[in-house]
Amino acid sequence: MTLQITETAPPRTEKKSRRKAGKTPLREQLIGWLFIGPFGLVFLAFLVAPLVYALYLSLFRKAMIGGTSFVLLENYTKAFTDPSFLDGAWFVIRFSLVLIPVQMLISLAMALILDIVTSRFARFSRLMIFLPYAIPAVIGALMWGFLYSKNFGPLGDVFGLFGATAPDFLSRDLIFYGLLNIVTWQWAGYYMIILYAALQGIDPTLYEAARIDGAGNWQITLRIKIPLITPALLLILVFALIGTLQFFNEPKILRDLAAGAIGPDFTPNMYAYQQAFGLANFNYGSAISFALGAVVFVCVYIFLFATRKRGSFLS
Amino acid sequence: MLFAADLSIPKGTHAMKRKHFLSAVATLVLAGSLAACSSDDDGTNSSSDSSGGGGSDAANCTNTIPKPDLPAVTLWAWYPNMELVVDNFNELNDEVQVCWTNVGEGGDEYEKFQTAIAAGTGAPDVIMIEADRIPTFQVQDALVDISDYGFEEVRENYSEGAWQDVSVGDAVYGVPVDGGPMGMIYRKDIFEQYGITPPTTWAEYEQAAQTVRDAGGPLFGDLGANVPAVMMALQIQNGADPFTYDTDNPENIGIALNDEASKEVLDYWGGLVEKGLVGTQDQFTPEYISGVINGDYATYISAAWAPGYLTGAGVGEGTDAGQFAVAPLPQWDPANPVQVNWGGSAFSVTSQASDPELAAQAAFGLYADEASLTDGWTNQVIFPLNLNALEDPAFADLQVEFFGGQQANKEVYIPAANAYEGFTYSPLQQYYYDAMTEQLGALNEGSITGSEAADRLQEDVVGYAEEQGFTVE
Repeated sequence: MTLQITETAPPRTEKKSRRKAGKTPLREQLIGWLFIGPFGLVFLAFLVAPLVYALYLSLFRKAMIGGTSFVLLENYTKAFTDPSFLDGAWFVIRFSLVLIPVQMLISLAMALILDIVTSRFARFSRLMIFLPYAIPAVIGALMWGFLYSKNFGPLGDVFGLFGATAPDFLSRDLIFYGLLNIVTWQWAGYYMIILYAALQGIDPTLYEAARIDGAGNWQITLRIKIPLITPALLLILVFALIGTLQFFNEPKILRDLAAGAIGPDFTPNMYAYQQAFGLANFNYGSAISFALGAVVFVCVYIFLFATRKRGSFLS
Repeated sequence: MLFAADLSIPKGTHAMKRKHFLSAVATLVLAGSLAACSSDDDGTNSSSDSSGGGGSDAANCTNTIPKPDLPAVTLWAWYPNMELVVDNFNELNDEVQVCWTNVGEGGDEYEKFQTAIAAGTGAPDVIMIEADRIPTFQVQDALVDISDYGFEEVRENYSEGAWQDVSVGDAVYGVPVDGGPMGMIYRKDIFEQYGITPPTTWAEYEQAAQTVRDAGGPLFGDLGANVPAVMMALQIQNGADPFTYDTDNPENIGIALNDEASKEVLDYWGGLVEKGLVGTQDQFTPEYISGVINGDYATYISAAWAPGYLTGAGVGEGTDAGQFAVAPLPQWDPANPVQVNWGGSAFSVTSQASDPELAAQAAFGLYADEASLTDGWTNQVIFPLNLNALEDPAFADLQVEFFGGQQANKEVYIPAANAYEGFTYSPLQQYYYDAMTEQLGALNEGSITGSEAADRLQEDVVGYAEEQGFTVE
């Protein structure tokens, strides 16, 4: 991961070999196939085949009375008029719009600070900031569920010191922020590592040159560091966008603690799960999954379109 | 194998063919090792395998089968003392042995069962399900009518109401094990401190709650959004009749979720929430239990299995020991008391059972022997529906430790169970509960009134029923 986005550029050698590819002897081609064979097999069996099957399922409708019938795209028209799906999709989009800037600012700030400070403490901090990512999402969500608890969480005590009532992050009004906090906590450290690696890849002579030209630390940060790690920033942005639109683990876990605030249709993925496994409607569940896929595709496309000039890592 | 097909594209020299052959072999070896991995997994996870598909494989038992020569029947169940129950059955039976797995409680198990139904394979022969889910699975033809497999022989062991809860129309889809006659659990210390006696009507309940609140006391109860079955029971107590459903007309369903009786109950609880008399905490959560331990709630409207559950969760220990007591459920009309039920499970035979008759034998025999039943009710794991236990004087006289020695069965639960007339559950139960949870959440938040909640619920569930092909009456 970190290697991909560092600024050292290997693409030139790549181009040469690509030009030759057309004339590669069959023998070499075969060896190539052999090497990607294991991957190809697993890819087809565990990604393509299930996708095709889910697509096939989504073209049928199953009712308790009347059985299964072929309906072509009816499930999709239903999904895009289904308030449960639309509200869920709107929720994850809103969530992304708030979460991603917050997450990126935090991870960028941390990466920049750690890039400047080079004491032993910095290494320790780097590890600590990264640590939440090493904790499984399920455990993290459960842990925060307890921390938010009014009875035995620390929030009550902290707010009690000032004579105030602690906010209930598991209530309907505040669950948005409760989840926001959990996801930021979990992922900011990971994104920080990506950005930090990108920063480490910048040629230090650039800083030297800037200093000679009279640039201060702020100017180096704003004019050199940030522009040079833009590809890494865009990369984590796409990661975060796709991940957040498919939001599932954290709300699913917290639902056990706050069923009143988190409905079964809280996010599109939860709704698909509920339809398939709770209500035995695998057909509609598949359709929702594909509909969500379409939403993700549109969002990512809009994003890539908007950043097409600066971005280089995906083009 | 798909990859091997790709490899056949280049044709030509002899060397080429040999390469082709080699890579095909490599592919096969790889595929074989993958398959070997997966079968290894199945083999090593034999105990408490939770991957779902293990149910139909007799090798995956949590228990040891004492008579391995006999045919085995697979079972999914989650009663806390299930290991003992299965051992007792296997010891006593000389025709069939039970191979038991716990694949999760309630919803977790239903999701796995649901998946097995869709897959057409992987379900156990016998499955523990709550009575309210029976129609949901029955409508998918996932359960076997056991009335021809020895039902008459055990019929008199259970009350008519117990059989009704596990039947759809005339067909019987489960063997009742435990029930949940409801009562009002309360804290004696709080009641004494604020000088109140157990309320007998819901009006008195509200008054008592107000008295405690005015004196600066704790919350009186709790309206948990995640226990829709309680709200349903309380509505039925007031005369509501949420569903009418009969297998003779499986395409028709009656849905009445916003009649006056239902609205009255929802408005009543909505009012209690609005006045700050009851909490709005989800139940069965650490948060709620710690509240109960703290004495945050003066009462807990719950069922006969609650003492066992609460004890297991650490309630009533130390200085709280014996502080709890139980009184009959408050009534709407004390002249015509109605008793209701929350929870309770049965053993059903699935339609994937290879030998339904043998499976039925296990379903009838499990948790029906004296040793298992006695263990169940002395440890308060179940409130037995088997009349041999229910009519046992020792059961009636039991001084329940959790209730400070109160003879709770005799005083509250047995009369409630005897007066219980059975509910009609519907195939829409899961959806209905989810929809109810959503509305209760909104009611707790204060954004809608109880009547509005009832109207929305009706609209929501009727819409779903029509979409599922039912004719709603």
